[in-house]
Amino acid sequence: MTGEPTAVIRTEALTKVYPGDILAVDALDLEVNEGEIFGLLGPNGAGKTTTVGMLTTRVIPTRGKAIVGGIDVWAHPSLAKQVIGVVSQTNTLDRGLTVRENLFFHGLYFGMSSSEAQKAADEALERFRLADRASADTNALSGGMAQRLMVARSILHRPRILFLDEPSAGLDPQSRLALWEILGELHEAGETILLTTHYMEEADRLCDRVAIMDRGRILALDTPAELKRTVGADTIVKISAEGDLDALAIHLEGLDGAMRVQVVDSVVRVHLRGSQGVLPRVVARAEAGGFTVTDLSVTEPTLEAVFINLTGKDLRE
Amino acid sequence: MSTVVDTPDVTLAGLRPPTRAAVTAFGALLRRDLAVLRKSLPVFIMRTVMQPALFVFVFTYVFPKIGQGVGGPGGSEAAFATLIVPGVVAIACIFQGVQAVALPLVQEFGYTREIEDRVMAPLPVWGVAVQKIVSAALQGLLAAAIVFPLAAIIPTTSVHLDVHWPVLLTVAPLATLLGAAFGLTMGTRVQPHQVPLMFSVVIIPITFLGATYYPWARLSPIPWLKVVVLVNPLVYMSEGLRAALTPQFPHMNLVAIYGALIAYTGLLTWAGINGFQRRVLT
Repeated sequence: MTGEPTAVIRTEALTKVYPGDILAVDALDLEVNEGEIFGLLGPNGAGKTTTVGMLTTRVIPTRGKAIVGGIDVWAHPSLAKQVIGVVSQTNTLDRGLTVRENLFFHGLYFGMSSSEAQKAADEALERFRLADRASADTNALSGGMAQRLMVARSILHRPRILFLDEPSAGLDPQSRLALWEILGELHEAGETILLTTHYMEEADRLCDRVAIMDRGRILALDTPAELKRTVGADTIVKISAEGDLDALAIHLEGLDGAMRVQVVDSVVRVHLRGSQGVLPRVVARAEAGGFTVTDLSVTEPTLEAVFINLTGKDLRE
Repeated sequence: MSTVVDTPDVTLAGLRPPTRAAVTAFGALLRRDLAVLRKSLPVFIMRTVMQPALFVFVFTYVFPKIGQGVGGPGGSEAAFATLIVPGVVAIACIFQGVQAVALPLVQEFGYTREIEDRVMAPLPVWGVAVQKIVSAALQGLLAAAIVFPLAAIIPTTSVHLDVHWPVLLTVAPLATLLGAAFGLTMGTRVQPHQVPLMFSVVIIPITFLGATYYPWARLSPIPWLKVVVLVNPLVYMSEGLRAALTPQFPHMNLVAIYGALIAYTGLLTWAGINGFQRRVLT
């Protein structure tokens, strides 16, 4: 493929106001390119799930347009369903059916013949390492297996675009890694993926581009590396201390190389240039001001730091 | 570049025409329900048979045996055994609507969210709702077919049926559709914690006051009741089946029966689809 990237997801001033005048998504303009893993990163209530809902025929927009695969979602919802696959936050497996039947009937819903659906189901069971559970009741699956089956089901009809809403919420670390591996493989195969997450690590590791979202708006949108560069620091030191943290923050602003000092969630965060001998300098400076440091840690800038920079609050709030 | 499809030329995008895709999905959803029914057939039979079988057993077998009269001054025990056949079948139809649609939907909307995948199949949301009605109506016909022989076999006295096939073949599908639409309406409006209330406030009154155990015409001595029960859709199901199976007993005018059955089916289908869309779309 040559030339400009093709946008396969596009929103134009997409807005959702829930009853009670709750503005969940505020005039969102977004373009996601073909073959991209795109992350919507933000805290709970940022409007991520509502955005996905409007793109996947489930949340009726108050205003604006949602376009997937060239199809106006709200002008042709049934048609739009043909080009998308959706993995929602909760376990939505069909409990009346076995593991294999969940896949088989999904294939039938999307117009496969019985034999095609059987074949597709069996291939998916192999690929997602669920073959030995094929005849099991879906209630008998662990959280990680249920999630794998949901992903397998969502791509069985070969949708152009896959939506995952908080895919790793509630998964144990091992299952989360397994999920990331699967998404990586799908990405290599050229699938366009839009996922929402409030795990900065997930967004950082998986996504080609990340939109940081809060209160229904996109605050920043770029590659994870570019976003982290906007923090402008090489090192972030987090300090817990006794006493007046605001006073400590003001005191630490005088530290050599300090670019920005904030108090977030009862922790003082100092953004610094350079990383050599940072810790002793911070401790010395704090103690010189009469503060007792109780805990100290050093990190590189993360997407969370970007979020805090943009909003002044923590992602988990 | 990306072109937005206004009047989508679906073949261009490698998609299937929406109508064809929707019809296929509708059929596949029915097939899914059939597969689930086949797996749970013993449960289906038990839940279908238990209530009517016990009812018929107590009133038309036990009562005559122990010498306790039923049927009232207007009819003998033998007549009563015949009289209640249509009512028992009608109750089976409305119960099937509740058990095949309402209760599963209350669960799916309330806890499991498992309807999600079916809602994302390539057909309109109302199509999924209509599929629920059709599927439950088919189960209703099956239930009626199972219950019917019971009502004819269990009683001590013989049951005299005079089947009017044209009426039966039109009333029975209508009655099961009505039962299913009733189930969809209930299932989309009742919260899980309200299920016991649904039984005591809606379903029990409907079955007791549905002209099931007595022909509607015989309510004449209680004129106010005769009028009030007309809001009950089960009255028309029972009366319709009475006209079809035991026309020797008084029954409502056929025009009124068909008119009311069609009107209630339409109204409850509309209410059910509406409720379904409100639960699925936000």
